[in-house]
Amino acid sequence: MTFENNHRSQPKALPKAKTGISGLDDITYGGLPAGRTTLVCGGPGCGKTILAVEFLVRGAREFDEPGLFVSFEEDKEQLIENFASLGFDIEDLIRKKKLKIVQVAVSKQELIQSGSFTLDGLLILLDHAIRELGARRVVLDTLESVFAALSNTENLRTEVAGLFQWLKDKGVTAVITGERHNAELTKYGFEEYVSDCVILLDHRITDQTSKRRMRIIKYRGSSHSADEVPFLIGDTGLSVFPISSLQLNHVAGIRRVSTGIKDLDTMLEDKGYFEGTTVLISGRAGTGKSSLAATFALAAVDRGERCLYFSFEESGSQIERNMKSLGIDLAPSLESGLLTILAFRPTFRGLEEHLVAILRETENIKPTCVVMDPVTNFVSQGGVAEVKSMLTRVLDVLKRQRITLLMTALTRGDMRRLSETEVNLSSLVDTWIALDLEFTGEKRRRSLYVVKSRGMGHSHKTSEMIMSARGLSLVGTIEAEGAYDR
Amino acid sequence: MTDDASESMVLHLYIAGMTAAAMHARTNILGICEKHLPGRYSLEVIDLIEKPELAEGRQIIAVPTLVRKNPPLRKIVGDLSNSDKVMSGLEIVPRQA
Repeated sequence: MTFENNHRSQPKALPKAKTGISGLDDITYGGLPAGRTTLVCGGPGCGKTILAVEFLVRGAREFDEPGLFVSFEEDKEQLIENFASLGFDIEDLIRKKKLKIVQVAVSKQELIQSGSFTLDGLLILLDHAIRELGARRVVLDTLESVFAALSNTENLRTEVAGLFQWLKDKGVTAVITGERHNAELTKYGFEEYVSDCVILLDHRITDQTSKRRMRIIKYRGSSHSADEVPFLIGDTGLSVFPISSLQLNHVAGIRRVSTGIKDLDTMLEDKGYFEGTTVLISGRAGTGKSSLAATFALAAVDRGERCLYFSFEESGSQIERNMKSLGIDLAPSLESGLLTILAFRPTFRGLEEHLVAILRETENIKPTCVVMDPVTNFVSQGGVAEVKSMLTRVLDVLKRQRITLLMTALTRGDMRRLSETEVNLSSLVDTWIALDLEFTGEKRRRSLYVVKSRGMGHSHKTSEMIMSARGLSLVGTIEAEGAYDR
Repeated sequence: MTDDASESMVLHLYIAGMTAAAMHARTNILGICEKHLPGRYSLEVIDLIEKPELAEGRQIIAVPTLVRKNPPLRKIVGDLSNSDKVMSGLEIVPRQA
């Protein structure tokens, strides 16, 4: 059994059963209440069955907790499809007696009611299957099907309350799915009172974009995130994106990572960025943002670390060519596998799909440094607020893994007139470097200025950035010891 | 069409222990059968507590549940106190008194 029971924000230890669902264990601070009942409700197609399925499959695979799935609703094919959609070998789990799927046909056409009844038949069925399997997790999908078949509401109400209590006495961690009913969470409005945890799922389509949201309505005896958080159903199940409130738990990095330019390191206490922090490089077109980003990436490779470079504008070969003009050859780094360049078109998919792709690739490659170049291209995809919200989630995940993130932002005006995007992003970042171009007669001069850098002293001088065939360098930055401002 | 007079009706009553509802259901169905199908029915009472595997096998979630075996028809759930519903569910033609 896998219980996590000493989360810092809980005064009393409430045993929790990890779902293994990406992000869900974060917003529940450790999982669902172990040995208790959770109600997952939402409208048709909201993903409640998938959530329940994944809870069982991951429980069986990752936490060695055998699971029983009782379906009242879907036809067998659709059910198998739901399981298969997660890409797990269900047959194998069933063979190994880690999973059992029981289908109970209840439909109004098949049942006639004459007088009062109990649900003891269901309890016997559950008891038998739980014993046979040694089940620790149980899913009932969905309760509404039972209600629909047995219309004697008062009788049924008592019986369903008894069912919840029975499951609790059994000590299994149960997920019961329920259909959302208009303004009420559930049609009969009492299941939520008898369950210990209630999760509401929502699926909306706005501007032809599908948006899924999850909210924890209640969690008896535990604190939980009260925010509505986005989630996606991908090819390996659900991905829930927690809000940045968790960011407060991040341990500030102590290790420093080079910017890739010795003179720029010098401007930052002679050491460079803090590990696990976020760096923003902003500037107009042609100011050298991508070059500065690539230099940072190569510095990671030089240290023998992996860097993942997301390019949202240029292809990998374009970046290679650009860097070659600066005398920098990316080929050896790419061949060694330490540098990975992934090019995505922002318009190619929705923001949340990008988010999933970014997090998935990061998970696969396990870099110490990530570059996103440029993040401003996402603004065409969603509003500034939405882009910020997406980036917040990326930052949150990367920070937790102490990955240093460098993102670039394209600005239109000069440095003194900040765009809405920059102002919005600036609150997210730890270090902000602004680049600009100045024309003096025939000459084009690139300038670099450290706008802010949290937790360290930094130079407040504007330096000139030289881009030559020998790479990037700064002039006019040599400062005496102790000349840093804070 | 089967000949009502020659065919015997096979009934299974699923219960979970001899509860008051189970006893009512048994009394009620016996009363209906004795009145309308004398000598042309058999009733087997199956206690799921003794045969728990049958709950899944026969798809019983509510008890008492009455099932007509041949030909299989809809399940009748409850203590069978409403004899009109029971009779229409079993397709029993009332015998004129």
